[in-house]
Amino acid sequence: MPGLVFLLFMFVLPLYVVVSVAFGTVDYNQFGAAVPYYAPWWWSFTTFNDTLSKFYAGSAIYREPLFRTFEYVFAASAICLVLGYAVAYYTARFATKYKGLILILLISPLWISYLMRIYAWQGLLDTNGPINWLLGPFGFRDTNLLAGHSITLILGLVYGYIPFMILPLYASLDRIQESLLEAGRDLGGSGSQTFWRVTLPLSRPAILAGMVIVALPMFGDYYTNDLLGTTKTSMFGNLISVQREATGGVTRSAALVLILSVIVLIPMLYYLRETRRQAEQA
Amino acid sequence: MSVALEGSATVPKHRRYFGNPWHKPRFLQATTIGYLLWSLLPVVIAVVFSFNAGRSRISWQGFSMRWWTTDPTDSLLHDQAMRQAMLQTYRLSIITVLIAVPLGTLFAIGIDRWHGRPARGASFLMLLSFVVPEIILGVSLFILFTSLLHDIVPLGTKAQVLGLTAYQLSYPVIIVRARLLSIGPEYEEAAMDLGATPNQAIRAVLLPLLAPAILASVALVFADTVDDFVTVAALSSTADTETLAQKIYSAARSSPTPEVNAAATMMLITTLIVIGGGLLFYRRISKGQGGGGASDFAQL
Repeated sequence: MPGLVFLLFMFVLPLYVVVSVAFGTVDYNQFGAAVPYYAPWWWSFTTFNDTLSKFYAGSAIYREPLFRTFEYVFAASAICLVLGYAVAYYTARFATKYKGLILILLISPLWISYLMRIYAWQGLLDTNGPINWLLGPFGFRDTNLLAGHSITLILGLVYGYIPFMILPLYASLDRIQESLLEAGRDLGGSGSQTFWRVTLPLSRPAILAGMVIVALPMFGDYYTNDLLGTTKTSMFGNLISVQREATGGVTRSAALVLILSVIVLIPMLYYLRETRRQAEQA
Repeated sequence: MSVALEGSATVPKHRRYFGNPWHKPRFLQATTIGYLLWSLLPVVIAVVFSFNAGRSRISWQGFSMRWWTTDPTDSLLHDQAMRQAMLQTYRLSIITVLIAVPLGTLFAIGIDRWHGRPARGASFLMLLSFVVPEIILGVSLFILFTSLLHDIVPLGTKAQVLGLTAYQLSYPVIIVRARLLSIGPEYEEAAMDLGATPNQAIRAVLLPLLAPAILASVALVFADTVDDFVTVAALSSTADTETLAQKIYSAARSSPTPEVNAAATMMLITTLIVIGGGLLFYRRISKGQGGGGASDFAQL
């Protein structure tokens, strides 16, 4: 099957090369070009160990983005979930006449480039922009919202990724049959009891899927911060992208990619296991 | 429904409100409307300010077509580099759709047919590519194409297409597979009972049934590749393989003019045409077929 060959070629081979580069060395005579070691018995762990040690041994330049990434991803995913659930729930249950319209509006931001939307936010959040004007009466007139504020970045991430939370949630909530909810109420449950004990458990797979689809890409996001933040709000993705472009940084960026892969591996495997379990149940 | 409530006038007002399962969900409604405004505001800003007469992207200085056609150097019509970037974006999207969708469709049929270890391994890899942070794939491929395959696939259009295909392949596979599961094997079996060879059964029976899912994949892959930044940026070589997303990115970090707004608006229009065309076509072929595009998307 050519598909499988292609996938192996595009996923497994690059992974191997990344490992080889990460465990290779840097040739400073050739403008810091990376020298990969393809044979495992030649692997040198100098760069990798050095990179890894920066995370626990004091270097704020590395450790802070790491912690920040967890913080931001957690906060942004939580907001995505709460806000996204409210919107999806409303659309699925109550938006009778306007359902089609709301769905189109929900998807439509995805039709214009994400960078363009973030770029528009850059203008809106400018010190002379409308957001500062709106917040002016509350004492934020001269606050530069783009000067590395966590809140700007978290909301930026929410903005970028929340559609991918709403869509699976909507799909799952829309499929819940009205009769189940009526049964819940007939059996004496109040509105909120029915929600907590019927609707929410039924949408659990979608919550899980949404969280994974939203949170994992956030771990690798760097352009949101490049446009809306400063080095004060830089994330793990920024470490990688800066290193990749730096002279002699390719080996280090490969090491960072490996570290990030290990970080996201756990939620990823959990997700894959859950999906398989659901597929088997269905 | 208000009859029952009027009978219970002694119930406090808030109890009456929350106790009534049919009350209007005003809070949720406000949240949804607020969210929609919030999500659409930047899109509107981006489009409107492409017609700004001045250089600013936040203060309106009058309507003009300056950044679209009239400015002799910095308008979309006259800026060679910007046109090149848009062309490259379209080129990459079209080639990727042409490769990823047929390959993904075949792949989905394959996974559906095989059993056991290879099928499970393949769908595992598929889902993995669906959720892996893009930067991991982008940087890995960058390293692959600059080291091991340096002489075979240099950075540039070829590398970009390969990278995008790898990243996008999961969409058609997931969508087509969901459709396959809902179709079931019966139609194909019926065709073969009537004397069709397996290949004929796939071509004459299965593919038409899969058409909605294939179309949905085309629309999705196209929209997503037009928007792609990480993979494309990591694998571009020189200025002429830069895409629009890269242009916006660098403009946002240096001195932006509304020209990028015009370019992004142009891309928006194209995407709308592709999606709208797909939708019309889809309506036509899926008439009387039950199910629907929404449910195909919902399977995601």
